[in-house]
Amino acid sequence: MGWIGEQVDSIKSIQFRQLLTQAITLGMIVTSALIIWKGLMCVTGSESPVVVVLSGSMEPGFKRGDILFLHMSKDPIRTGEIVVFNIDGREIPIVHRVIKVHERPDTGEVDILTKGDNNPGDDRLLYARGQQWLQRQHIMGRAVGFLPYVGWVTIIMTEKPIVKYILIGALGLLVITSKE
Amino acid sequence: MHSFGYRANALFTFAVTILAFMCAIASFSDTLNSPTPTAHVQVLSINRFQKRPDGDDEVSMTFNISANLRSLFTWNTKQVFVFLAAEYETSKNSLNQVSLWDYIILEKEDAYFRIRSTNKYRFIDQGSNLRGKDFNLTLHWHVMPKTGKMFADKIVMTGYRLPEVYR
Repeated sequence: MGWIGEQVDSIKSIQFRQLLTQAITLGMIVTSALIIWKGLMCVTGSESPVVVVLSGSMEPGFKRGDILFLHMSKDPIRTGEIVVFNIDGREIPIVHRVIKVHERPDTGEVDILTKGDNNPGDDRLLYARGQQWLQRQHIMGRAVGFLPYVGWVTIIMTEKPIVKYILIGALGLLVITSKE
Repeated sequence: MHSFGYRANALFTFAVTILAFMCAIASFSDTLNSPTPTAHVQVLSINRFQKRPDGDDEVSMTFNISANLRSLFTWNTKQVFVFLAAEYETSKNSLNQVSLWDYIILEKEDAYFRIRSTNKYRFIDQGSNLRGKDFNLTLHWHVMPKTGKMFADKIVMTGYRLPEVYR
């Protein structure tokens, strides 16, 4: 009887250890992704260091599904730069080019007007009611780098949530069933 | 150890790593290019120079732009966005930058051009400071790569003085 008991114990302990290892591996994956994201936030100074282009308003430069890397520095904003801005009452940030800048001498306060390269007119129609200019606090960052197509992954996942669940489920299953 | 899943995973990871590496190399190769663009802008006429009902000055003008931006193009260049901006200082603002005209160049062959145009965007001051005002005309360009880092630079050209009276 003692021998069987030993065997059962050893099996139990093996399974427990394996389970623990898998849980730790999963945790490592999740936390390292989080570390990379938060690290990018620190380095770039922007609250969302990477954005996906959702509309064709900057074509042919940026197409839907392209990825932009943002940088938020203290440098003043100038015409021609591509900035990402948030409008009060609008959830999704917009990526457009600055076409006008008026900067005050002492305070450094700035009035900015933007336009999408592919749009016929400027962005005043997109701004909040009665808003003529963007100020510094609306700007989330300026685009410094570009990577094509990669953003399609997130676009597909947000528009077809089922794909997301299938992917997460499959990955989870893979992690759990895999042995070394 | 050698299951289908593992092999697929290894192949995928390898492919993505190589692709990322190639993107980085392509972007880095852009920095080896030292462009020598030239540009010339001439203001031909002031078509309209008025104070708007809300008190801001507005100018409409015609200008000639000739530029050779061919040297900006590399194998990793998707487009060059070129624009002309008026830059000036007023008592209210230490810097005013107003984009007057822009153009998207997709092919290297189109980067050597001569264009006559009126201002595409309205040249409106914040206030009424434009009479007799000197401003600089600056040709800016913004290079968008196929992948990687974006570049921007400019040529500041001779200034222009607006007339003392509205017309």
